[in-house]
Amino acid sequence: MIDQVIDELKNYDGRPVKIMEVCGTHTSSIFKNGIRSMISPKIQLISGPGCPVCVTPSAYIDKLTEYSLKENHCVLTFGDMMKVKGSKMTLTEAKAAGGKVKILYSPLMAVAEAEQNREIQYIFAAVGFETTVPVYALLLEEIRQKKLNNLKLMTSLKTIVPALSFICENEKNIDGFLSPGHVSVITGSKAYRELADRYRKPFVIAGFEGEHILAAIYEIMTQIKKQRFEVKNMYASAVTEEGNQKAAAFIKEYFEAADGFWRGIGIIEGSALRLKEEYGAYDAESAEEETKEDMPIGCKCTDVILGRINPSDCPLFKTVCNPLHAVGPCMVSPEGSCGIWYQNS
Amino acid sequence: MKIDMSYGSGGKQTGNLINEVFLKHFNNKTLNKLEDAAVLNITGKIAYTTDSFVVTPLFFKGGNIGKLAVCGTVNDLSMMGAAPRFLTAGFIIEEGAELEIIEQIAASMAQAAKEAGVRIVAGDTKVVEGNGGIYINTSGIGEIQKEGISISNCRPKDAIILSGNLGEHHAAILSHRMGIENQIASDCAPLYSIVKNLFDENIRVHCMRDVTRGGLATVLNEAADQSSCKVEIWEEALPVSAPVRGFCDILGLDPLYMANEGKMIAVVPENQAQKALQAVQKSIYGKNARIIGTVMEGRGVTMKTRLQGSRTIDVLYGEGLPRIC
Repeated sequence: MIDQVIDELKNYDGRPVKIMEVCGTHTSSIFKNGIRSMISPKIQLISGPGCPVCVTPSAYIDKLTEYSLKENHCVLTFGDMMKVKGSKMTLTEAKAAGGKVKILYSPLMAVAEAEQNREIQYIFAAVGFETTVPVYALLLEEIRQKKLNNLKLMTSLKTIVPALSFICENEKNIDGFLSPGHVSVITGSKAYRELADRYRKPFVIAGFEGEHILAAIYEIMTQIKKQRFEVKNMYASAVTEEGNQKAAAFIKEYFEAADGFWRGIGIIEGSALRLKEEYGAYDAESAEEETKEDMPIGCKCTDVILGRINPSDCPLFKTVCNPLHAVGPCMVSPEGSCGIWYQNS
Repeated sequence: MKIDMSYGSGGKQTGNLINEVFLKHFNNKTLNKLEDAAVLNITGKIAYTTDSFVVTPLFFKGGNIGKLAVCGTVNDLSMMGAAPRFLTAGFIIEEGAELEIIEQIAASMAQAAKEAGVRIVAGDTKVVEGNGGIYINTSGIGEIQKEGISISNCRPKDAIILSGNLGEHHAAILSHRMGIENQIASDCAPLYSIVKNLFDENIRVHCMRDVTRGGLATVLNEAADQSSCKVEIWEEALPVSAPVRGFCDILGLDPLYMANEGKMIAVVPENQAQKALQAVQKSIYGKNARIIGTVMEGRGVTMKTRLQGSRTIDVLYGEGLPRIC
């Protein structure tokens, strides 16, 4: 079966087709399995906005670095936030300048840290998409239960469906979407139905194995050929129609939708999650969203995030922009499109 | 008992630490003399190297910083075709470190040194302010058994042998740091037994490298680059244990980029590949060895994937941290 799929995708000779994979883990898996080498060059796979670190605004980083340099304050973060440039510096640079920054592997480690050092005010850099938000809700539960008053969250949380809606509205030349696997576990496949109907595009949810991705691309190609535009869940072992309602309810308990600022794109209506007002005591001034941001000169991250170009089409890619000296945000994180392309192509 | 600054004073307590911990465990004639330098009898060409060890946690499943400090340097010597003979050990100890812990580390070092056939013949101890951390530097001398083994010596048609499962040290350390309970243990081990087996079988080894930080991907890129060749590996041939595979899947890590402390590659002529593989597998540290790829004309490293696609393998950039989504 899979041989037949590969064979058909390899020999496809119809009109050029653009498929966007939305999730960074899919981008990574496409490279790891050598998928591009197995399909016709007429099927172009482009990477979408699937890296939460890359779309985090620089003003957010600025606030984190300021906190890290404040007396008796310590910023807790995931490792890949360390190298993202704010308007002045990165967290790595702030740390070298005497700021207190600690890398965590799991949000729940923040609780132990705060319990051990009550005299330090901890700021947790809560960045992510729908997938990570339930864990932040869990973290808030723990903070409340343990009555910790020295651990706050600075959130930069985004939701994928409004971003996809924005892309569908503004980028007409994308023919189909490989919908994210992990996000769909939370949102359910129903989340894409309206988009599929309104914009007449296939939305296919895939798992992360090479076979899953090939089968999903095949499904998208079949739908395009037959002029069908449907949501198809090909990751049924993890994704349901309704999604993880318990997690969704948990998110709803603590967070509410707000307009979100995406680095490289701007404001997307209803695309952020912010802490509800009644939990303001746990919020480290996350709310101020900016309205504009200057991208570095020559940087094409905006076009990359919106799927207009591949990272290798940017003139800075592999010339002055590389993972050790990232110019744009998509190169900073190993999850960013440019970072993944650099490492694998 | 905790170490305080007086243990680094050079006086009575420093003497106690040296006598009751280090001499007790490292015990050999050269060291016991406590001269300013070890006087050694060596004939022929030597390999000489140094490495520093700063791992946290100090103890982990499968080893500790002491075992690592011996194996790391011993393996670097072995990869140059040298039989490891002598080590020095420098300890930088932060105040607050437990004496008992230092003794356990020293005992592990002694045991690893014995297994590797080296003697720790000189040492140094410093105590600094801090919070109980321990850092070790070791340097080592080995006697060259075969010359010409080099990272720049891979040739087209050579076979690449990997001595065993990937990613175990990295996964063990990360599991510990993240508080994840599993059975994954570090592969930390001295590798000279593998090298000796290859030499005993008269394998014309072109290149050897231990696969440590940066993982297999980084080592293969160094080999391809330095030898001006292309390396192709086969995904299906790569040995990764089921627990490590599962661990990587959950965290979004790639075994190709994960650190090991008891694995090596040997690049050998194609017509000796099977014999070399058997020689490697004869060592307890090479039981899971596989022929994982081949050297070709060209540049760079590629992998033929399980689905028969082709993937470019670059060196590791950054830290190889778990992905967050």
